[in-house]
Amino acid sequence: MSPKISELSAGQEIGSRTVEVTRTDLVKYAGASGDFNPIHWNEAFATGVELPGVIAHGMFTMGSAVQLVTDWAGDPAAVVDFQTRFTKPVVVTDTTGTSEPGATIEVSGAVGKIDADAGTARVDLTVVSAGQKVLMKAQAIVKLS
Amino acid sequence: MTINPDLQGRSYPAAEVYDVGREKIREFARAVKATHPAHFDVEEAKALGHSDLVAPPTFAIIIAQRADAQLIEDPEAGIDFSRVVHADQRFTHHRPIFAGDRLVAELHVDGVRAMGGGAMITTRSEIFALGDGDAREQVTTTTSSILVRGEGQ
Repeated sequence: MSPKISELSAGQEIGSRTVEVTRTDLVKYAGASGDFNPIHWNEAFATGVELPGVIAHGMFTMGSAVQLVTDWAGDPAAVVDFQTRFTKPVVVTDTTGTSEPGATIEVSGAVGKIDADAGTARVDLTVVSAGQKVLMKAQAIVKLS
Repeated sequence: MTINPDLQGRSYPAAEVYDVGREKIREFARAVKATHPAHFDVEEAKALGHSDLVAPPTFAIIIAQRADAQLIEDPEAGIDFSRVVHADQRFTHHRPIFAGDRLVAELHVDGVRAMGGGAMITTRSEIFALGDGDAREQVTTTTSSILVRGEGQ
């Protein structure tokens, strides 16, 4: 069931989600998105351009974080606006051949400003990996009835 | 290599058409670990009132980054792709993207500003769905800033 805008209040939590990331996930995302920048799959290349290691695509992090909002809203089409700043890279270590993730992303969300006239609510996401906020101002505007 | 400051205000017209396929929506949804049935099951999407599978909220990045490639690969721009870091991103959906849409993107370079030895470049893609004849429907506006890191940044 979709949430009703009249029943929402600012600060209300919408839940949380944990996203485990492996190097294989980054290769899949590269293929699905068409972003083949080698900083997302080649360690030597990444460190050669002064990065700490292979990093997740910012768009992987952003795209996987919004699932929390989509599920809460009940319809992916309800997300009419979604923005973020990328503040810290998500470094994904090479755990190929094991069952361990190379990084873990924790996503939680809370209702922000509600615009009853427009029928929209803003959801503010907190997205953390390795103890650091990796997205800032991660905000989705959701159209609700 | 330095970034050409004259890029600001430049536009690149809509180029190739992007045909949104069901399997691409499913592939992209799996790649961002999205599980909502409206990305995978046509009947579930229709039950929500949609014409076909609904693309995930960040799917438009595929079309936007294809448009951005025109700028990044423009030899006049002076951008070293290996030193590009994504700084921010926004999607404004005028309507959702559905399987079956035929999309084109117009790219606008809204800002270029020097930062250290590098530059911050802000681009905007206006994405339209092609209809019958010359009809175009505005679907999504994406804005993106990329930081092109200078040496030692």
